[in-house]
Amino acid sequence: MKKPDFNLAAGTTIRGKWGHHVYHVVRKLGEGACGVVYLCQKNGVLYALKVGTESSRLMLEVNMLKKFSKVQGVKLGPSFVDVDDWIVNNETYPFYVMEFIEGQPFSVFLKGKKKEWVGICAMQLLSDLEHLHRSGYVFGDLKTDNLLVADSKVQWIDVGGVTAIGRAIKEYTEFYDRGYWGYGSRRADPLYDLFAVTMIMMETVYPNRFDAQKDPKKTLQDKLKSAPLPSEYKKIIAECWRGKYHSATEMKEALGQVLMKRAQPPKRSSRKSVQTDASEWGEMIGVSAIVLAFYGISAWNLWL
Amino acid sequence: MKAGRLKQILLLTDGCSNYGEDPVAVAALARNQGVTVNVIGVLDDQQRGEPQGLQEVEAIADAGGGVSQIVYQKNLSETVQMVTKQAMNQTIQGVINQELQHILGERKTIEELPPEQRGEVVEIVDDLGETCQLEVLVLVDSSASMHHKLPTVKEALADLSLSLNARTGSNEFSVYSFPDSKHTITQKVAWTSELSAMHGIFQKLSSGGYTPTGPALKEALYAFSKKAIVRDEQGVVDPYEETGF
Ligand SMILES: Nc1ncnc2c1ncn2[C@@H]1O[C@H](COP(=O)(O)OP(=O)(O)OP(=O)(O)O)[C@@H](O)[C@H]1O
Repeated sequence: MKKPDFNLAAGTTIRGKWGHHVYHVVRKLGEGACGVVYLCQKNGVLYALKVGTESSRLMLEVNMLKKFSKVQGVKLGPSFVDVDDWIVNNETYPFYVMEFIEGQPFSVFLKGKKKEWVGICAMQLLSDLEHLHRSGYVFGDLKTDNLLVADSKVQWIDVGGVTAIGRAIKEYTEFYDRGYWGYGSRRADPLYDLFAVTMIMMETVYPNRFDAQKDPKKTLQDKLKSAPLPSEYKKIIAECWRGKYHSATEMKEALGQVLMKRAQPPKRSSRKSVQTDASEWGEMIGVSAIVLAFYGISAWNLWL
Repeated sequence: MKAGRLKQILLLTDGCSNYGEDPVAVAALARNQGVTVNVIGVLDDQQRGEPQGLQEVEAIADAGGGVSQIVYQKNLSETVQMVTKQAMNQTIQGVINQELQHILGERKTIEELPPEQRGEVVEIVDDLGETCQLEVLVLVDSSASMHHKLPTVKEALADLSLSLNARTGSNEFSVYSFPDSKHTITQKVAWTSELSAMHGIFQKLSSGGYTPTGPALKEALYAFSKKAIVRDEQGVVDPYEETGF
């Protein structure tokens, strides 16, 4: 719960006690529960460096980063670079260095975008989750704060909540936690992450989130009913809560079907065609290309 | 390393003790008996500025080897589970640090190990936190100013058992409230692994204006040792009773 009570100025040098690598602070990137993340540079390369006071928590994150920098050839989360201690004013601060992911916060990325993007991002998350789950882990603390979008691809950054399947979820945030809403335990199983994905989808239309109130399940159902989301998404969310999907793969397929349907070019006769302008078209094509890429189908086969 | 049994008292209060022995001294005694004392100071959501009389919260937890936190009612659930888990880790780390000093023959803590070894040790701590047995005696200050907060307390406790029961290791909880005119503390929930269905547990409450935190903590400590005796009589072998490991 403690945070280092310092604010590092640009140009500060951080020298590792053990490995002797030197990093130069560029600027602060963000702050979390157990540390501060700085953009740093070493030999002209930019990195994200997290410095904290809670050594054990940082070390657990490092262990996870090392494990998941590459799982079965798929990159899950930022690559691990270095771990060390920094001594300043006779105090020792543990820190670790990882790949800098230059992206936009999820909520910023979605602003002004068509609702299809909600589905696409969810699909991207589910694809990564498939790999993570297959290797025996659950992401745990899946939330928009832990997501960055780089090159139109959602990436997660904070692996502090990653938990081995069968164990107690290490870290969670109430809004995304199925336990909080009365939809199951806090024991790590793949469905725990699927629930969080539905809550990320909900958050795109309730950016201020909402509380459980007296009857958590009912609150959630009511919010879903009145959510300004495409009805097909709402159906998938409801089905997920009902336990219809047993894996990330199943939910991804369901979403994929919806996205493929909506990606069809609008018919000339439909009343919507009047409003369809060039830019929306461009986005539609982009959307379908990404969806098709997921299926490994060449876009040209369908479009030509 | 085998996971042992950890014992904690979780004190939920909103003010300063004003009767009987010093709660800080009792907390120190508890720690000595292998029972960690965590304290959460509960503020009203509307409350502003420096809370009065809550300095004691930190002092009690420090003496009791535990964790303290002052929170608004609405964050109580998150805090209760966080404090409990953090205290578990703290206790386990303490034990491991002792082991390290034993092995390495010098004053060395986990933090002082080179990163590689530290990485291995924190995994062990994490494993023990997942698998150890945990006993939490929840001690709820039910004096008049706490009354309207008790529904939130109940929710937070249900949430705590949800979090802890996700672990591999077993859990036992019991809930006591104070003050009680006859026995200082009253048992509200007997030892159980589930704190979800606690109907009407905080109904008949006394509304005296006194807060005997120290005596209440001491009674809680007795309740713990009584539990240990019952367990011994049942012939449960527990070689780790002394240190928790
Ligand atoms: N690899 C990275 N590349 C770019 N930015 C990053 C990276 N890692 C972290 N950040 C930024 O720093 C912020 C805080 O990081 P992070 O979420 O890891 O902290 P934390 O202490 O783990 O937070 P919490 O546990 O409360 O979620 C992030 O929101 C993000 O903006």
